[in-house]
Parts: sequence; structure tokens; C-alpha cells
Amino acid sequence: MVCLKQVPDTTEVKIDPSTGTLVRAGVPSIVNPYDGHALEEALRLRDRFGGRVTVISMGPPQAAQALKKAVSYGADEAILLTDRAFAGSDTLATSYILTQAIRKVAEGEPVDLVLAGKMAIDGDTGQVGPGIATRLGYEQLTYVCGIESIDLEKREITVWRALGDGRELVRTRLPALLTVTDEINDIRYGSLPDQLRAARYEPITWTKDDLDLDLASCGLKGSPTTVARSFTPQARVKRQTDLIPDGMERPREAAEALAAKLFGRPTVKKAALEGRKLAAEASGGES
Amino acid sequence: MLEETAGAPRGPAEGRPTEEGAKPSPSKEDYKGIWVYLEHAGGVPAPVSWELIGEARRLAKDLGAEVSAVLLGHGVHPLADEAFAYGADRVFLIESPVLRDYRTRPYARAVVGLVEKHRPEVFLLGATAQGRDLASTVATTLATGLTADCTSLDIDPETRDLRQTRPAFGGNIMATILCKNRRPQMATVRPHIMPMPERREGRRGEIVPESFGMTEDEVAAKVLRYVRKRTEGIPLEQADIVVSGGRGVGGAEGFAVIRRLADALGAAVGASRAAVANGWIGQDHQVGQTGQTVRPKLYIACGISGSIQHLAGMQSSDLIVAINKDPRAPIFEAADYGIVGDLHQVVPALAEAFERLIKEEESGAAGRAAADDGGVGEENQ
Repeated sequence: MVCLKQVPDTTEVKIDPSTGTLVRAGVPSIVNPYDGHALEEALRLRDRFGGRVTVISMGPPQAAQALKKAVSYGADEAILLTDRAFAGSDTLATSYILTQAIRKVAEGEPVDLVLAGKMAIDGDTGQVGPGIATRLGYEQLTYVCGIESIDLEKREITVWRALGDGRELVRTRLPALLTVTDEINDIRYGSLPDQLRAARYEPITWTKDDLDLDLASCGLKGSPTTVARSFTPQARVKRQTDLIPDGMERPREAAEALAAKLFGRPTVKKAALEGRKLAAEASGGES
Repeated sequence: MLEETAGAPRGPAEGRPTEEGAKPSPSKEDYKGIWVYLEHAGGVPAPVSWELIGEARRLAKDLGAEVSAVLLGHGVHPLADEAFAYGADRVFLIESPVLRDYRTRPYARAVVGLVEKHRPEVFLLGATAQGRDLASTVATTLATGLTADCTSLDIDPETRDLRQTRPAFGGNIMATILCKNRRPQMATVRPHIMPMPERREGRRGEIVPESFGMTEDEVAAKVLRYVRKRTEGIPLEQADIVVSGGRGVGGAEGFAVIRRLADALGAAVGASRAAVANGWIGQDHQVGQTGQTVRPKLYIACGISGSIQHLAGMQSSDLIVAINKDPRAPIFEAADYGIVGDLHQVVPALAEAFERLIKEEESGAAGRAAADDGGVGEENQ
């Protein structure tokens, strides 16, 4: 199973300078890029080991577009979870609803692996994947940048996880939930038959009535966190800028003037001298 | 709490000892104190832990609360003294061989047990791979709110709620999040956002040792190997000076001039999202909302226009220099020094000028040293 989110392309998001709010009109919706890598990995595993890839997404009815996109890449089935009762869900409520849907799928066929992106580019939380793993009681592997091996007989999976300053090779049992980074693979284009299939495909739609849900755990009611206020970020302090003149006409003179000013500051001088020493040590001391 | 039945998490919480009898579930007022998760990898602490202790101290003043650190591991108790030196009043300590490597399940089980027993009002973790992994699992198990990647925290004086402000939509908008009815209020905070607190050697605190019943047989995950990343040059997060290139650099080859200036200054190389997205330089170098946050002593932005999302990652730097062809680029508003010019001409000249100044400084220092010990220092040259 792959969990996927439709997101606004945040590189295209603009702010209305008069109101300070997000301009959503005209901003293209895309499949969250990290989820795209999760889907790609699921498709590769299916090609190696068999099985089926089911994609699931919670969102407004328009999120069906993202699911059709997933089918065009080769997903076998797509499920859209959409209901007014789901609106306003924070990460805790979202992971609950997705979990209940995955449980329903798992009644029909065993679910060995759930994959998702390491985070969505609009919310940037990375909390829903681990939330699902916790609720399902699956082994949780976040920030996976490569699958080393899967042993279906022993029911084991070994993966590389990308951590801050290195990588960790970790083995655990199946079933597991993986959240993946974009290093894990390169996304291929869907085949022509898959694209044709997607054009006609309509995702399965589940509402609150299709799932075994405690409605008090869904949507705004089921969300412990609320947004009290949102605003446009300001550069914290506008600084007084000492503009060195004639950078265009006399770049060398401007550069020398700047270097002299910076190097005249004791903190900069000290940082540069110490930084050079550290760099020399790190490269093995050759000078 | 309604989630107890429906959303009942079945993960690490499974099999944990239930509270004796049917005690009434604790109310908001039963939660007191601010906790910080003391992150480490094999006993090497993550500096964000100290930044968070500093931040917790600040919040503790408004709440009239104490600051506690949570320390899990095997043979890690010396870190407790560090936590005290940075300002913690108390350290909850669990030592067990099962906790030698960070693994989600045993760590989450231990933390959930501590929270249920001691009930903190606020619980802060670093927004690192480990902190995010742990926080998500713990918050889900406790069915409480968790706000990711906060950049500022403060206390509402009337309600005592923690106001948790964070960027969203790639840094294009900021949101202040509240967790009004559940406790603890959990948040992850990005490294380098909060200033490092003063370290006071010899400051004491209370160590509260706690037991942990989990055995190795109960943990499926095994860490087989750890490979430290080989970074090219000085890592961003450690550098006192960062020289960054953006769209104006023009291509992968263009980064040669950025590297040259960085080498001259013993600096790390940074990059804007545009430069990384174009494949000119690796993602490890990305500064900004979607990359790393840095706060060096000197930040030199070359050919970077200064999008909100980039500024979010570097605007706390002590000193900011902007070099850009476009005099209207927003980066100039955030800069202390600016040159409007072509970076391909200015940056190499800047590197040369610094190389000369540093050579003078070093030979001056060598000369002084030579004078001090009677003239034998010359062989350094």
C-alpha cells in the first residue's frame, strides 16, 4: 500500500502582498514528490516479488486527480477517502482515518508493506507515516533511502535509513511501514497502457460510512492541535545595509573594500583563521 | 478521552503496564514541568538538545515550572552532568543495553512510560531524524498534539498554553498552533533556531533513575551497521562562516568560485534551493526552509535573490553579506554589507583579497611568535 497526498506545488505558491494570505488560485496541484518516490519503490517491489500496489489518499474530491496520476504510473488500485467529517484533521486524526482504511483493505488481502513519503511538502511534518505505523503496530522505518533486501520467507526487511550525519543499515520484521527520501529511486514515466487505463480510471471512494470510525477522532473534533493564527513571514529584522559602491564598474576595488571591512571585525578574523585550521586538520593536515 | 477506544494505538503502547485500578484520567492541571528529550547517537549528544534546554529555561520562567531532560541509552549517564551545566533541573535517566542504539519501539515505550508517570506539561524534541521519528510515535500513543518543526515558542499568559509557531507551504506562510485540551503539548524544534545557552560547569541537578522492563527479544529491529557521511569540506552545521551560491552562480562549474572563497575563509559551502534543484550541488549544502538552518558568524550569499524560504534558513546569522547583480534583490534588505555586481568577478576578487589579508595576518603572527621565542619560528614558512 502506498499513502499519497495531493499538495499545492509549494515552489509556485505566491503571497498576496495586500492581504498577506496564500494565493491558491492558479497554483498547480501535484502528487507530493516524496510520495511519488514511495509509489515508484512499491511498483519496483511488485515487479520483483509480485503482489499488488494499492494507493490511498485522504483529501477533497479533487484529490482523485492525484490518484489517477498514480494509476498512470502503474498502481493497480486507488482509494480516495473523502468526507466533510474528515476536513480539518490534524496529523493525529489523519493517521487514524488512514489506519482504519488500511485495516479495511487488509481484511481482503494481506498488507506486508505500507510506503509513504518522508513528509509532505505543504505541511512538512512527517508525522502521519509514523502515526499509521504506531496504530497498526507495524515496524516503523522512517527516512529510508534504500531497500537492501526483503526476505519473504523469513518475513524480514533490511533497509538503509538516512540520518543527519550518516546512514544506518537496519533489519526488522514484516509487516512494516516505510517513509522514504527522494534518494531511494528515480521515478520512471508510466507505460502507455497504464496511461490509457488511468484516463478512464475512477478511484474507489470511501466516505465515513464505509469505514469503522469513531467520528470523535476525525476531523476538527479529533484533532488536538488547532491553528490559532497564520501570517506571512517577515525578514526578522531589516538590516542597515552598508552598500559598497561601484561593484559593477570596479568589482576588484569593491571586493577589496569589503574584504578589509569584514576582516577588520575580530569575530570574522578569528572564525576564518580557526576555520582554516579545522579544514587543514580534516583534510589530513597537508598544507 | 474519546480516542482511547477508537484511536487506541497498538504500537509500542501494547502491553505497557496500565495504571492500577480505574483511576480517573488525569486532567490538564495534573501535568507540570517542561521536558526536553536529550538526543544522542551512541553517547554523542546532538547540540539541539542543549538549545532546547535553553529554550525550556526561558519558557519555564513564564510557567513557573522546572526543566527536566529525558536521557535514554546505555552508559550515557555522564550526559546528565552536561544537561545540568546547560540548565536542566532534573534528568530522568533510563539505562539499558536495549537502549544502546536508537530504535523506535523501545525508545517510544520508555518515553511513553515516563510521560504517563510524571506528566509534563510541555515536551520538546529536536526536529532531527531521531526526534521526529520518536515524537510522532509518542504523540500518537498518548493521543496528544504534536507540532513539527517549530521556529518560535512562547506561553499564552492567560491560558498557559504553549504557542507553537512554525512555517508551512515551503516557508511561504507561518502558523501558530495550539494544543488546548490535551497534555503534554509536544513540539519538535529545528536545530540552530534557538541560541545555544551558556554552559555553567558545576551546576548541579537531580538524577531520577527509572527502570525499563523491555528485553532485547521484544525488539524486532536490529541496527546492523552505521556509516558516517563523508562530506566534502566543512559541514554546514559546524561552520562559523558559510559561503552560499544561488541561481546567479549559473551552473555546477560556477561553484568553483564559491568553493575558492570558502576555502580562503575556512568556510562551508551552502546553496539555495534553486542551485540544488538544478543539480549544481548536492542537497547536503542546501540552506533554507527545506534545507538546513544555519546561524554562522558570517554568511556570504552570492547570486541568491533571497526568497522567504532561503531567508528562513540563514537570517539569524551574525553578519550577512549579499553579492548580487540585481540591486532590488530582497537579499540586500537582510544584509549588513552588499555589493551590487557580477559574482563571477566580485567573488574571485574577494577570495584573493582574503587570501592576502590572511597571509599577512599569519606571517604577522609567525613574526610575533618568532620574536617571542628568539627567532626560531621562521621554519614554519
